[in-house]
Amino acid sequence: MSSEQTRKLIALAAIWAALLLAPYWMVPLGGYTSLATRVLVLGLAAMSLNFLLGFTGVLSFGHAAYFGLGAYGAGLALKFIALSTPLALILGMLLGGVCGAILGTLIVRRRGVYFAMVTIAFGQVFYYIAFQWSSLTGGDDGLRGFSRQPLDFGAFKIDILSSANNFYYFVLFCFALAVGVMGFILRSPFGRTMIAIRENERRARFLGIPVERHIWIAFTLSCFFMGFAGALYALVNNFADPRGLHYSQSGDFVMMAVMGGMRSFWGPLLGATVFVVLQDYLSSVTVNWMSFVGLLFVLVVLFFPRGLLGFLQRSKA
Amino acid sequence: MWQLILFNVTNGLIIGAFYVLMALGLSLILNLSNVINFAHGGFLVIGGYIAYTITPYIGFWGALLLAPPLTAVIGLAVERVLIRPLYGRDPLYSLLLTFGLAFMIEDGTRFIFGPQGKPVTIPAFLAQPLSNELFFITGYRLFMVAVVVIAVTLLFLLLRYTRLGVRIRAGTLDLETVAALGINVQMLRSLNFAVGIFLAGLSGVLAAGQLGLEPTMGTGLLMPSFIAIIVGGIGSLPGTLAGGLLIGVASGLTAVFLPAASEAVIYVLMAVVLLLRPRGLFGEEGMMS
Repeated sequence: MSSEQTRKLIALAAIWAALLLAPYWMVPLGGYTSLATRVLVLGLAAMSLNFLLGFTGVLSFGHAAYFGLGAYGAGLALKFIALSTPLALILGMLLGGVCGAILGTLIVRRRGVYFAMVTIAFGQVFYYIAFQWSSLTGGDDGLRGFSRQPLDFGAFKIDILSSANNFYYFVLFCFALAVGVMGFILRSPFGRTMIAIRENERRARFLGIPVERHIWIAFTLSCFFMGFAGALYALVNNFADPRGLHYSQSGDFVMMAVMGGMRSFWGPLLGATVFVVLQDYLSSVTVNWMSFVGLLFVLVVLFFPRGLLGFLQRSKA
Repeated sequence: MWQLILFNVTNGLIIGAFYVLMALGLSLILNLSNVINFAHGGFLVIGGYIAYTITPYIGFWGALLLAPPLTAVIGLAVERVLIRPLYGRDPLYSLLLTFGLAFMIEDGTRFIFGPQGKPVTIPAFLAQPLSNELFFITGYRLFMVAVVVIAVTLLFLLLRYTRLGVRIRAGTLDLETVAALGINVQMLRSLNFAVGIFLAGLSGVLAAGQLGLEPTMGTGLLMPSFIAIIVGGIGSLPGTLAGGLLIGVASGLTAVFLPAASEAVIYVLMAVVLLLRPRGLFGEEGMMS
């Protein structure tokens, strides 16, 4: 095994060890378990966005819509269909993914800034629906009146409602599942093709790759992942917020991906960790946290455009 | 009934005029520099609050004349310091930067002026309605529309007949060739940015007189402006003009029949336009890629 491979393996082991032990090291450091759960879910969302942004090179600035749809899907499923956590996750994921697939057909032919603009504008559609249709969605107050259910395996039940640690491990399990699938896709010939499109779209087209169809598939897949993350987020809060659909949430996700490092698989998780912890801290010490978050955006863009991982890698090289 | 419809169409046209001013500025910057200026609504707010601050000293007319150029100067400084380093890079970065900037402007104005709305006093004769029958058409509304018409006409004349305007249009089509002809592209981008921000500042002053001022008012106008650009066709300024008026009237008319959908209708309109004419109403081939 080359030293490069060994290093990667060690890094991977370190990431999973840190995630597995998070409830034990976060609390002594002044954090709390549900903060770790939130980091994990938002990290998954940032990684789902980066699946499109970093690996296909397509700038979507409206991905919060599919995240929020996942949350509403899960909430509505628990409230109106059945008291089952897995069903809520699946339905949330489907709602986000299917809406993404439909809108994707309208969006994929555009590129660059224009792609970004159209995704922002379409993303807002769902915000307005959630905001206006208050009889179903609770409008401005958000969707309430549901809660995650114990996992029922017939012979035994796992309580994920009152035990923060159990719930963290349930979310970690879901996270691992999603990340595993994501990694598998990126290693597949399809994933290689996505990267080829990112590197040189014209060349990919000349090689006979149906670029539009590939971008549509990548967009749709990333919306499915996003919907899954959103569904988990609804379970975290037992609540779905219309602001989770808003484009400013999309901006936060893009920021997490950029801050961690768009070109790396794990970068967005790191970005989400820093972002969520920082936001949590800032909003507890100052009412002007918005200014500081804005300033963070400006500083990261001007001085750390490759993100934390990109910065570390470059200073090592 | 006709009065209700007329009322809402008028409302729509006036709101559409705001969208047009905002969207034209956004469009100018987007076409030449490939920057989606998320902070455009922020500059509108700055323009409004500048007007609010200087009105007690120089009156409404002075503020109307002075606030837009002052906003443009602030815009020029922002372009020089923050946006210029990003021109060669992925458009993602300028988007994120202006996004953060919008947060800072909104929070900054809230910090300085407080979260409550601020009124800007307009001259008394403008506040009168024209007649009892048409109570909703105040002098100020007519005045706003007139200012917008004048500003838009001047903008199109500038682009059509002045050297700067010709260069901006040429740069929109092919910036590399313009640079190769020995034109200072950095300067061109700065001036173009300033013109765009001037329009945002102008809408800020006008909006302040009509709606009063709030730190969040720019954010609300941003999304319809985006849609005006997309509907009209990215890359086409006449398209942006038509798009802004169209979505204004459409949301005004919907307010008569289905008030809850008045905001959603512009998104429906956008989806329909993109389905039938993916380039937008006035979009040209090659502008989308």
